[in-house]
Amino acid sequence: MPVLNINGRNMSVEAAADTPLLWAIREQLQMTGTKFGCGAGLCGACTVHVNGEAVRSCQTALSDVAGKKITTIEGLSAKGDHPLQKAWIAEQVPQCGYCQSGQIMQAAALLAKNTNPTREEVIDHMDGNLCRCMTYSRIQKAIMRAASEMRTASNAGTERRPT
Amino acid sequence: MNSHVKITQTEVADLSRRSFLVGTAAAGLALGYSTVPGMLGADQAFAATSSFDPSVWYSIAPDGFVTVTCGKADMGQHIASTMAQIISEELGSNWRDMRIQLASNDPKFNDPVLGAQITGGSWSTMMNFDAMSRAGAAGRIALSEAAAASMGVPASELVVRDSVISHPKSKKSLTFADIVKSGKATKTFTPDELKAIKLKSPDQYTMIGVSVPQLDIPSKTNGSAKYGIDVMLPGMVYGKVVTPPVRYGATVKSVDDSEAKKVPGFIKAVTLDDKTGTTTGWVVAVANTYANARKAADALKITYDGGPNAKLSSESLLAEAKRLQALDDSGLFFVKDGDTATAFGTAAKVMEAEYTTNINIHAPMEPMNATAELKGDIWHVYSGNQFATRSGAIAAGAAGVDPKFVVMHQMWLGGGFGRRLDADMMVPAVQAAKAVGKPVKIIYSRENDMTMDFSRPLTFQKVKAGLDGDGRLIALNHDVVSAWPTQRWGIPDFLSPSVDKKGALDAFTVNGADFFYTVPNHNVRAIRNEMAHNATPSGQLRSVAPGWTFWAVESVVDEIAHAVGKDPAQYRIDMLDGKGANAGGAQRLRNTLLAAMGIAGYGTKELPKGEGMGIACVSSQERATASWTACVAHVAVAPSGEIKVKKLTVATDVGTQVHPDNIRAQVEGAALWGLSLAMYEKATLKDGGIEQTNFDSYTPLRMSQVPEVAVSVIANGEHATGVGEPAVTVIAPALGNAIFNACGARVRSLPITTEAVKSAMKA
Repeated sequence: MPVLNINGRNMSVEAAADTPLLWAIREQLQMTGTKFGCGAGLCGACTVHVNGEAVRSCQTALSDVAGKKITTIEGLSAKGDHPLQKAWIAEQVPQCGYCQSGQIMQAAALLAKNTNPTREEVIDHMDGNLCRCMTYSRIQKAIMRAASEMRTASNAGTERRPT
Repeated sequence: MNSHVKITQTEVADLSRRSFLVGTAAAGLALGYSTVPGMLGADQAFAATSSFDPSVWYSIAPDGFVTVTCGKADMGQHIASTMAQIISEELGSNWRDMRIQLASNDPKFNDPVLGAQITGGSWSTMMNFDAMSRAGAAGRIALSEAAAASMGVPASELVVRDSVISHPKSKKSLTFADIVKSGKATKTFTPDELKAIKLKSPDQYTMIGVSVPQLDIPSKTNGSAKYGIDVMLPGMVYGKVVTPPVRYGATVKSVDDSEAKKVPGFIKAVTLDDKTGTTTGWVVAVANTYANARKAADALKITYDGGPNAKLSSESLLAEAKRLQALDDSGLFFVKDGDTATAFGTAAKVMEAEYTTNINIHAPMEPMNATAELKGDIWHVYSGNQFATRSGAIAAGAAGVDPKFVVMHQMWLGGGFGRRLDADMMVPAVQAAKAVGKPVKIIYSRENDMTMDFSRPLTFQKVKAGLDGDGRLIALNHDVVSAWPTQRWGIPDFLSPSVDKKGALDAFTVNGADFFYTVPNHNVRAIRNEMAHNATPSGQLRSVAPGWTFWAVESVVDEIAHAVGKDPAQYRIDMLDGKGANAGGAQRLRNTLLAAMGIAGYGTKELPKGEGMGIACVSSQERATASWTACVAHVAVAPSGEIKVKKLTVATDVGTQVHPDNIRAQVEGAALWGLSLAMYEKATLKDGGIEQTNFDSYTPLRMSQVPEVAVSVIANGEHATGVGEPAVTVIAPALGNAIFNACGARVRSLPITTEAVKSAMKA
C-alpha cells in the first residue's frame, strides 16, 4: 500500500502504484481542492508541488512520488494566508474558481524561486494553466501583488536583523 | 422578442398565488414566498417537496448571521453574493453578517419572473432585483416593528444600519440578533403589502454600487469550495461513461466486459436506457474508485450501430444550411417589417454576403459530473446545474419516477457558460446507481465532455441589403440557419410565435437580429437546420444567438458603409435615430458606441501601416434585456495575414451597477470569450463525431494571448441589466472590421484564421 507524504503528514492509500496521484489525493484522501480538468497535462487544474516543483498530478503516478514531499492547496499555508492566497482575495481573482487551486500552486512554485518576476516570466510560467472564465489579468495582478509583499517581508526581515 | 421575458419593474412578479411569510422559528427569522408555481407540474411537485428547507430567500439566525439562499446557479458570476447584496441593502444588515447557500430544486426557490429555476440570459440580477429588494425591506420592517415595541418608541423614529436598530432620541438600540432571539418579529406580509413597500431610491443606497468582497471568493482560494465533482457520499462508487464515436443517434450492439472484469474493483457495465432521449449509445463502467472505473471503461469492448448521423460532417451541415436558406418557404419570420421585396425593386444598390460560424464547445474547467443516491423513494442528485427544474425532470425520466421524487442538490459550478443548462450527466448517474444499488458518482473524462458537448451550433447566415441613392439602408433580408437549441428542451414557453403566427420559432437562434437600427423594410427568417439539429444536439453557449447574429449584422453594416463611402461609425449613428419602437434603446446604444470610440481614440490619429481599428455595437442579449455594449478593436495585421490584437476597448451601459468590480470582471471575461471564439476555438464534425477531444485540439485563449482590455461601464440610473454575456458578442465583428481597416481583407467566417485573412488580402 503506497505511503504518501502530503502536506507534512504520511498517509497510506489503497491504490495501485500506477494510479494517478490526482485520484489518490481526491478520492482516497478526500482532499478535493486539487481539481481534475483534462487528464492529459494540458490545463493545470490538478497542479500540486512535489519537492517544491509544480507538477500535474493527473500525469504523476503514485510510484513516482514515493518518498517525496507533496503539497496541495490545502497545505500551501496553515490558514489559507499564503501571500498568493491573500493577493487572490485582494484582487478578487476567482470567478467560478475551479482552476484557481492549480493557478495558485503553479504561481507559488514560481515565487518560491523568484519574488521579482517580470510580466513575461509570469506569463511564461502560467501559460499552461487554463482559466475558462478568463481571469488571466487578475491572476497576473495578484501574482505581482504577492511577489511585492514577499519582497517587502523579506526586506523587512533583512533590515531587522542588525538590530 | 421573447414573450416570457418581462423585465419592467412594475410587473416583475405575479404575487397573486403567493403569500409572504415573516415569522420566527426555532432556527431564526424566516422570510419567503410560501409557494411559487413552476413549469413542470410544480404544484404537484410542491406537495412532495414541502419537507425541504421551509425558509426561502434568507433567514436570520439568533446569532445575527443572515443566510441568503440563492436560487440561481453560481458559476463564477458571484450571483449568490449579488443576491445577498441586494437583500442587505434594504434589510440594513452589516455585510460581515451575510452568508450564502445554494438552493435545492424546491419550486419555492423558483425565479420570481421566470417561474422556474434556470440561470442564463444574463437575466438574474435584472429579474431578481425587485424581489430581493422587497424581501430585504420586509425583513427590515418586521424587525423594526418588533424593536419599536420592545423599546416603546415609534417605529418611524428608528434607524436601521449595520444590523443594528437604534432610536437616536432615546439612545436605545437593539441588534438583529437581539430581536431574533426575543422571538418578537412576527409580522406577515400579504402580497399587496409586499408590493406596496416603498423601496429605497438610488440616492439612498449604501450597498448597491459598492464593490463589497464577494462572499464565495475566500473558499475558492484554499480548496474548500465544493463543486459537484467534490461530492462524497458514504458507500459511494464511481462511474466512467463510455461514449460512442457518433455524437448522437448511435446504439449499443454489444458489450463485452470480459477484460473489464479483470480490473480490480470493477462492479458492472451499465448500458443506458435513456427514455429522455438525452443520450444515445452510452455505457457506464462502475467500479470502487474512479481510477479503476477508467481502467474498466478502457477495457470494455463495445460495438455500435452508428445510426443515421454516422456519415455527417461539418461540411454536410453547412451544405444543408445553404440548401435550406435558398428555399423561399424555409423557416419562420422573427422580424417582418415593411415590404423588403418591393424595396429591393427600388434600391439603387443591392449587396449580399454570407457569414458562418463553426461549432463551439463550452469546455468548462470542471468536466460534467453528477452523483445520485436513492434513499427510500427519493432520488438525491448532487450536481452543479443551471436548470434545476428541468434537470430534476430529466433525472426523474431516467429513473422512471415522477419528478416530485427527485431532489436536486445544487453545488458550486466549475464553469457553466450554458453547458450546465443540459442534464445529460443526470442520466448515467441515476441509471448506474439504480443498477448497482449504491450511490454513484459519474465523472466525464475531458474527452467525453468535449465530444458530447451540447455545442454552439454551426450557423449560416445570408444577408441581402438594399440601399437607396444616398446609400441609406432601406431593405434588409437576414436569414439565420442553425440547429435550434432551445426547441430541443421541449418546453413550449421558451419558444416564440413567428410574427405572422405561422408557427413557433426558437428566438434563441435569432435574438440580436431584431436590432435597434431603423431599417424601414426588414425581414429576419429563423430557419431550423434539421440535419444539424439531429446530428449535433446544440445548447446555449455564453451569449447564445447574439454571438452569431451580431457577427453578421455588425459586419454587413460595416461592409455597406465602406461600399457607399461613409464612415462606419457615422453610418451606424445615423441609423440609431430612435424612431418608433427603437426609441430609448437606440439612443443608449449610440451613446455607448460614442463612449467606446472616445475612450479608444477612434479616428483621432493616423495609425501605422498594417494597423486598424474596427467598431461594433450590440443590444445583447435580447431586445427586452439588452445591455448596450460597444467595442473598438485595435489590431495589427502582418502581410502573412497573422493578426495581433493590440487592444479591445469595451463600453457597456448597464443601467444600475450593483457591484462595479464584478461588472468589470464579467465584462472582461466575456470580451475575452468573444476573442477566444473569434480567433482560437473551432470544433468540427466528421463521421458524425466531434473531432476535438481535449485542450490540445480545442484551444481556448491562454494567458499569453490576452491583449489589453479596457472596460468602461455606463450607469445612468436605469434598471440593472445583465453583464455575463453581452460583451462576448461585440468582439468578433469589431475584430473583423478592424482587420478590414488594417489591410482591406474582409473575413466572414468564425473563427478568423491567418489563412482566411491572407487569402482575402489577395482577393
